[in-house]
Amino acid sequence: MLRRVTIASGPFDPEAEIAAFRKALHDSGAIVTFTGQVRPSNGDGSVTTLSLQHYPGMTERGIEAMLDQVAERWPLEAVLVIHRVGDMRPHDPIVLVATASAHRRAAFEAADYLMDYLKSRALFWKSETSASGRAWIEPRDEDYANAARWDAYPGGG
Amino acid sequence: MAKLLFFGRLGDLAGGIERSVGLSEPHSVAALIGVLEAGDRLLGSALLEGRVRYALNGTIVDRDAMVADGDELAFLPPVSGG
Repeated sequence: MLRRVTIASGPFDPEAEIAAFRKALHDSGAIVTFTGQVRPSNGDGSVTTLSLQHYPGMTERGIEAMLDQVAERWPLEAVLVIHRVGDMRPHDPIVLVATASAHRRAAFEAADYLMDYLKSRALFWKSETSASGRAWIEPRDEDYANAARWDAYPGGG
Repeated sequence: MAKLLFFGRLGDLAGGIERSVGLSEPHSVAALIGVLEAGDRLLGSALLEGRVRYALNGTIVDRDAMVADGDELAFLPPVSGG
């Protein structure tokens, strides 16, 4: 499985990355991509800045270990993970996940799984600055539940 | 010196992401937190919260793990990516 993991400290262009990802494929018939971007508002009002912190080295090793599991579980030709750190503005891309497989089911499931991991288990810490100040964001119960549903999934652990 | 790293909201409480401490002898993670707590009760109790994990030189450990000069100990609060 071809794989690329990038922790980006500056802006990236999801469309250009997806085009390059697709060009490198030989055998796939299905490509799934997910782009996450900064929401312009939260419950407390307008967000001016979203900041993401990571633990250089350990964060990357965690994602690579998770990709090892993905490679065992789904027959993918390639996977791409780009995750921003640093300061972002509303509408800036935060994360891009792309998966490619012979058929769509594996590509959909692997992308979904990857996002659940990135939301609730990868080593990133997110803070949001709005009119009411800066607040650290922790995963919602829903994020943990989304990640946990894979633990009971047939054929995987 | 051992390097301590405080991520997320723990960095706000610690007054910065990184701090160095001189350890004349190895300390368990729990004992090290005790030292920090003596200087800052709020930080100490935050480091003991159940959802905070500890990484010693890049590996998740429990509070019994021993920290010596030259080690890097990171305090990891609940994560939030994507």
